Amino acid sequence: MKAPRNNEPPPKGDAPRKRDAPQAESTATGMKVPGGRDMPREDRLKPPQWPGGRAQPPGASFHVIGRRNRKIEGLAKVTGRAIYADDIALPRMLHAKLKRSIHAHARIVRIDAREALAMPGVHAVITGRDLPEYFGIIPWTQDEQALCETKARYVGDAIAAVAADSEWLAEEALKRIHVEYEPLPAITCIDEALEHPEWRVNEKSSEGNLSKHVHLEFGDVDGELAGSDAVVGGDYWYEGSTHAPIEPHCCVADFDATGFLTLYSSTQVAHYLHRDLAKVLGVKAQRIRVIQPVVGGAFGGKSEPFSLEFCAAKLSMQTGRPVKILYTREEVFYAHRGRHPMRLCYRTGIRRDGTLTGVDARIAIDGGAYSSFGLVTTYYSGQLLTAPYRMSAYRFDSTRVFTNKPCCGPKRGHGSVQPRFAFECQIDKLAEVIGMDPIEVRRRNSIGEHTRTVNGMRITSNGFAECLDEVERASDWKRKFRRLPYGRGVGVAGSMYISGTNYCIYPNEMPQSGVQLKLDRSGRATVFCGASDIGQGVDSVLAMIVAEELGLDLGDIRVVAADTDLTPVDLGSYSSRETFMVGNACLDAARKLREQVAGTLAARWGCAASEITLAGGVACSVRDPERECMSVREAFQATEARHGTLGSVGWYQSPKLGGDYRGGTIGASPAYSFTAHVAEVECDPETGFVRVSNIWVAHDCGRALSPVAVEGQMEGSAYMGFAEAMFEQHVFKPAAVHHGPGLHDGPSLLDYRIPTSLDTPDLVSLIVESVDPEGPYGAKEAGEGPLHPSVPAIANAIHDALGIRCDRLPFHPPRVLSLLRAGDARAAWEKARGRVATAPVAGVGGSGAGRSGAGRSGAGAC
Amino acid sequence: MLCRLRVNGETRDCAVVPHTTLLEALRYALGLTGSKQGCDKGDCGACTVVIDGESALSCISIALACEGRDIVTIEGLARNGIPHPLQDALDVTGGAQCGFCTPGILMSAWALLERNPRPSRDEIALALSGNLCRCTGYTKIIDAVELAASQSAERP
Repeated sequence: MKAPRNNEPPPKGDAPRKRDAPQAESTATGMKVPGGRDMPREDRLKPPQWPGGRAQPPGASFHVIGRRNRKIEGLAKVTGRAIYADDIALPRMLHAKLKRSIHAHARIVRIDAREALAMPGVHAVITGRDLPEYFGIIPWTQDEQALCETKARYVGDAIAAVAADSEWLAEEALKRIHVEYEPLPAITCIDEALEHPEWRVNEKSSEGNLSKHVHLEFGDVDGELAGSDAVVGGDYWYEGSTHAPIEPHCCVADFDATGFLTLYSSTQVAHYLHRDLAKVLGVKAQRIRVIQPVVGGAFGGKSEPFSLEFCAAKLSMQTGRPVKILYTREEVFYAHRGRHPMRLCYRTGIRRDGTLTGVDARIAIDGGAYSSFGLVTTYYSGQLLTAPYRMSAYRFDSTRVFTNKPCCGPKRGHGSVQPRFAFECQIDKLAEVIGMDPIEVRRRNSIGEHTRTVNGMRITSNGFAECLDEVERASDWKRKFRRLPYGRGVGVAGSMYISGTNYCIYPNEMPQSGVQLKLDRSGRATVFCGASDIGQGVDSVLAMIVAEELGLDLGDIRVVAADTDLTPVDLGSYSSRETFMVGNACLDAARKLREQVAGTLAARWGCAASEITLAGGVACSVRDPERECMSVREAFQATEARHGTLGSVGWYQSPKLGGDYRGGTIGASPAYSFTAHVAEVECDPETGFVRVSNIWVAHDCGRALSPVAVEGQMEGSAYMGFAEAMFEQHVFKPAAVHHGPGLHDGPSLLDYRIPTSLDTPDLVSLIVESVDPEGPYGAKEAGEGPLHPSVPAIANAIHDALGIRCDRLPFHPPRVLSLLRAGDARAAWEKARGRVATAPVAGVGGSGAGRSGAGRSGAGAC
Repeated sequence: MLCRLRVNGETRDCAVVPHTTLLEALRYALGLTGSKQGCDKGDCGACTVVIDGESALSCISIALACEGRDIVTIEGLARNGIPHPLQDALDVTGGAQCGFCTPGILMSAWALLERNPRPSRDEIALALSGNLCRCTGYTKIIDAVELAASQSAERP
């Protein structure tokens, strides 16, 4: 086992600070933190209160919020009018392409671009020497260059870029850029990375191929396990997968004669891109404008800067002409930043009454060639497991390593989908051992609302129990579980996820989200916000909040978003933060203006401001709405006459939260969403083919500001989880006669199987609204949480159907067949039925000793 | 080379090379950027247009081979600025999230409804099986096609 190691300065939030609530004893990483499952009643947290109260009480009536509104940009999208990055063409625009490494690991000896530069129509070639500055999304792990200067670290690593008159010509020119390589031994898996620290993938690592190691322990794990009535151990493998947005990455850079750079890019983090462009290009940030056009899907795959953005900008600076780079689909697969492959070993204890006790996790993470968000991934792999179930003691040991493969990063449900899969399978196994219904085990351990997790995360609203009720009812669980014929089954799983992170990626005291709101005397409002709509509908959320507060129709509101010249900073679309944080910022701005408008009318009509209603384009007093009434437009004009030009700013900054230990702020969120899934499968024991027929998804999103959008996120998440469970494998070929290791196994949308309309199960979304005390109108996230339980719910359903445990992804026919042939599945299936029939259980096996894989330790040996 | 295409009822000329695809001609020569490029090799369906009543992948169709044929793109669905019922239904159900696969989905769905005005859910799923969507899980898209079909059936 590796010693705890932290090679980066602590994030801002780790500094000692005054707290507003009592905390567990502080400790450094790697030490024990007192835990304790039976939290005394008096330790239940008081629900937080905002001054004035942001959340409306349950049952509050709304005019816009909660209705099945259309999205504000919907018609532009369905008519083909929405402008995406590749739809932008500027006068005199050049096209650029990137030269990519053919080796997984090689020193770059020489680059000769003379032949390319001699071609008519070729305007410039740049290499690593032109962009030597390192960058990276996490300030403490900046280990990437736009173009490799001395070494390529995976097949597809960018080495040079060429700008030409056309895309086709640029491609031809790439063939005439000659690179001399000195191949180096390539690291292709976790074990090789640990066994060969001398084959350094990434020189920025301070030790071998270690990217990050985290060891945290809360409570007496070994004691809790020893005192359990049963302990189950399990080894799991979560396969890597990639986002595969249908829009490939694309950007257009335009550096003008005044030295000003405009970059249009299909990014989900315009603000971070803005900062890194300034750093890498050496151009002042105030001379750079980043504009995010409509983005054709991202899912985390566009949440950090990529080579194309720096290269297009640099080539535009060199040529004085606009430059576009559009990745091919193959390049998108190599750009990646998707789901980390993880090897996970769990030991979990339970009492015979169904109470979860200790949880012990060892996790090894394949990070690929660079850090990306890896520091956070490593923490998330452990920190986000501690709800929705109470656990009395918890320990995790996570190690991320560098390998010579495309870099992994944040894919929808960043870092926590993999451990959630393993842990929810563990719970299913424990439920079977003690002979209890797996929904009932989950219900008994539900952590509840206004409490704190074993690792110090504050839980406020919590609708998890209701989520379980909903999927149990909708799926007809009681009639199906352990009662369907051989080959058919149902499985359940639960999860929680963050609604944004508490801290900005780079330490600062400024708001996480800002909004400017302008009211026009025509009766129109314009919202300016840095928020990034990637299809989830945050632009519409902004409009709905303004419409609700100021009584406008949605069509009377314009949203100007994600343009660093025009909009105040919002940190972007990641960590499921937009609705919660942008929504609160927008509500802040809208209520300031509403106060002015209501005050103006109250003064005119001689009533209290609280008696003024703004709705449906009409302003009136509730006292005498017939006579004391005018249009909202007239109300704006009266207010402008009284107060001057109408505008307001609003912002959001989350309260200081998290455990008071090193890393304790990673995983802290102002609110957590909760999800439960039931999946139903039909399996063919002869072929190993599994068809997932239905997934019922219940998700606690606080309040659903836009039910259509929330359902869309739930369905899309369940689909994406299903895809990872059944189909997707982002894997690489070993060395063969004609090539070295590290070629993608199938970098196309045909070979990398993403489900079609025929593959996808019936998805039923069941919205649960817990109404969060701090969310805008009580809203929480819905974009990533609902993905988590898909995979384990399907795995558990396959067990119910066939009596086999799918502990490795994906659950494709070869895997299922080999499991069926490995043991007596039918006997296991019969036994599982017997267990439920004999519940409640007596004398269950095991007394603290782990079983399969439980005694093995160390990420390397795990 | 000159290429004469009939797109959305209009005859348009553009300059192409022999290997110019229909998608490239539409997007880069004719300014019809509604059809999208997601893979450029016929895998994803984002480039779907309707040629002589059949849905077709414009990224693997050669522009010159489409001369004399009747091409309809997403820009041709709305009439006089009024969205087609399919477009409207997709907006109402929330079947367009990021919107990038949407033009191709709509063209496949339109071709289906033109030949089968009241398809079942399974028939809709089959007709859309060549169009990958990464956002929605297809549920609301299939809802939309059903909705549009039922609405046009109600009209006299």
